[in-house]
Amino acid sequence: MGRYLIQRFGSMVVSLFFIVTITFILMQLAPGGPFASEKKIPPEIEQQMNEKYGLNDPLHIQYFNYLKDVAQWDFGPSFKYTGQSVNDIINRSFEYSLLLGLESIFLALSIGVFLGVIAALRHNTSVDYTAMVIAVLGISVPNFILAAALQYFFAMKLGVLPVARFDSFLHTILPAVALATTPMAFIARLMRSSMLDVLNSDYIKTAKAKGLNERVVTYRHALRNAIMPVVSYLGPLVVAILTGSFVIEEIFDIPGLGAEFVNSVTNRDYTVIMGTTVFFSALLLVSILLVDLLYTLIDPRIKFGKEGGKS
Amino acid sequence: MSQPELNRAELEQSDFEPLVRDEAEAEKISGESTSYWQDAWRRFKKNKLALFGMGVIVFLGIMSFLGGPISGYDYYTNDYMVTNKAPSLEHWFGTDPLGRDIFARTWYGAKISLFIGIMAALIDVIIGVIWGAIAGYFGGRTDEIMMRIADILYSVPYLLVVILLMVILPQGLWTLILAMTFTGWINMARIVRGQVMQLRSEEYVLAARTLGANSNRIMFRHLVPNTLGPILVTLTLTIPNAIFTEAFLSYLGLGVQAPLASWGTMTSEAISALQYYPFQLFFPAFFICLTMLAFNVIGDGMRDALDPKARK
Repeated sequence: MGRYLIQRFGSMVVSLFFIVTITFILMQLAPGGPFASEKKIPPEIEQQMNEKYGLNDPLHIQYFNYLKDVAQWDFGPSFKYTGQSVNDIINRSFEYSLLLGLESIFLALSIGVFLGVIAALRHNTSVDYTAMVIAVLGISVPNFILAAALQYFFAMKLGVLPVARFDSFLHTILPAVALATTPMAFIARLMRSSMLDVLNSDYIKTAKAKGLNERVVTYRHALRNAIMPVVSYLGPLVVAILTGSFVIEEIFDIPGLGAEFVNSVTNRDYTVIMGTTVFFSALLLVSILLVDLLYTLIDPRIKFGKEGGKS
Repeated sequence: MSQPELNRAELEQSDFEPLVRDEAEAEKISGESTSYWQDAWRRFKKNKLALFGMGVIVFLGIMSFLGGPISGYDYYTNDYMVTNKAPSLEHWFGTDPLGRDIFARTWYGAKISLFIGIMAALIDVIIGVIWGAIAGYFGGRTDEIMMRIADILYSVPYLLVVILLMVILPQGLWTLILAMTFTGWINMARIVRGQVMQLRSEEYVLAARTLGANSNRIMFRHLVPNTLGPILVTLTLTIPNAIFTEAFLSYLGLGVQAPLASWGTMTSEAISALQYYPFQLFFPAFFICLTMLAFNVIGDGMRDALDPKARK
């Protein structure tokens, strides 16, 4: 296991290195300098600022400096919010996004698995059809439209939930639902088809033939095996939640990292764009590693570091 | 299965006489032979939901051209006398804050959104099929290098890449499509690669090689056509994704720029005035959802029709 972890960690570092390099190149290609704005800055001041931030150095020096800083988890200063570093922004906003993200993941997983399981157990009945209609709708409604609709009906019309901001548990409900719906629908479909597969397999028939009751067969034998595809969906789930947060946090005025990222994009605050991109990628790589570890823990047929193991 | 009611009068004496035993007759195939695609179409036709989806797409396609002329308005002329009007006989879907007719804008937006969605998906298919076929067919080192590149590009979330590219690219329809296809083809490449790897050891490939066909011919004449099913399904499911991405980017102000209108820009403008003029959000939002729904059910229907084994 130790060797496997080291190997995975190595490939993670390589991936991150490429990501840092690519974002650095992209941001160099971006039009306009970091201080370009509506107000014209006197050339002397711009010169001084370039000096201060090391922008007069040759590109490769800037690149190596950036790599060195990133390796020490330092993303440099923000060019638009003077006096703030990118690390400050990430530290300040990430807790909101984390909270919202975890709540959404919990919602997506619990409701998605539930819908998938009952759809499979009541295969080809109205329960099944209803669940699958919900799933198709969930996939077809973009998260920002759902967010606006929820906001309109529950906050503006009915007034039962707060419109925006992020102060209490009640505030988290609408954004979390908006964020969770699409991945929830995917999970429901995944869960249903894998549950149907498993319910038709021989060991389930054996278990039933032994005279075990329905509930034990369903939950102890079938569900445990059928949930594996959902576990491997956890990586894409994290991606969906993360990118979804860009718009959802914007709509609900949540001061999270997704909203900060969108802000930095509209402000062309290049260091913040780079920093958050690298941060998101690192977060994603770590969560995919965790999912893979979880996978091997849950399913003993899969050995560490071995590809495949498809059943 | 309901038995058709037998009518006594329809049976005649001749029906009970033994048939002549004839070897040649027994070998005849009585039913019309159906090709794989005819068979798939027959199954697809049974899926009411998928047919509905097809109808919706055809309708949207036609309306994207006829909608503007029908309304009698264009999508860009401001009319400050009729700003933010609710739907009426004059303006069927109402007007926006600049007095532009939402009916005309909706159908113009349909044109843009559908164009971007279909175009991006097609480019994804072209790059993905070529990349995946080469990687899967040659295997070994080639495969490893090609898929390694794909993996690294794939490890950054899709929307993040598109946003970063849109930050540096000049904004326009084609740059938007370029940004969306930059990593969008990878999914297709993976699917094609998997299929090609499975198929390359089939006898017909060996036969083609024995007859002197070169790699190009084997790949694109023999292997790719045999993976057309999964390719088509993925293509259909990529389109709603692309339409969503366009709307998402336009919502963030990184997509289609004024005076062009897409469903995404219309949604984005309407959300800021949601409290007062919800109808402005309703129409573009409804059509985005309807289009994505239609493509999704067509894709599902195609998957069921082309791969009956996977059907649940």
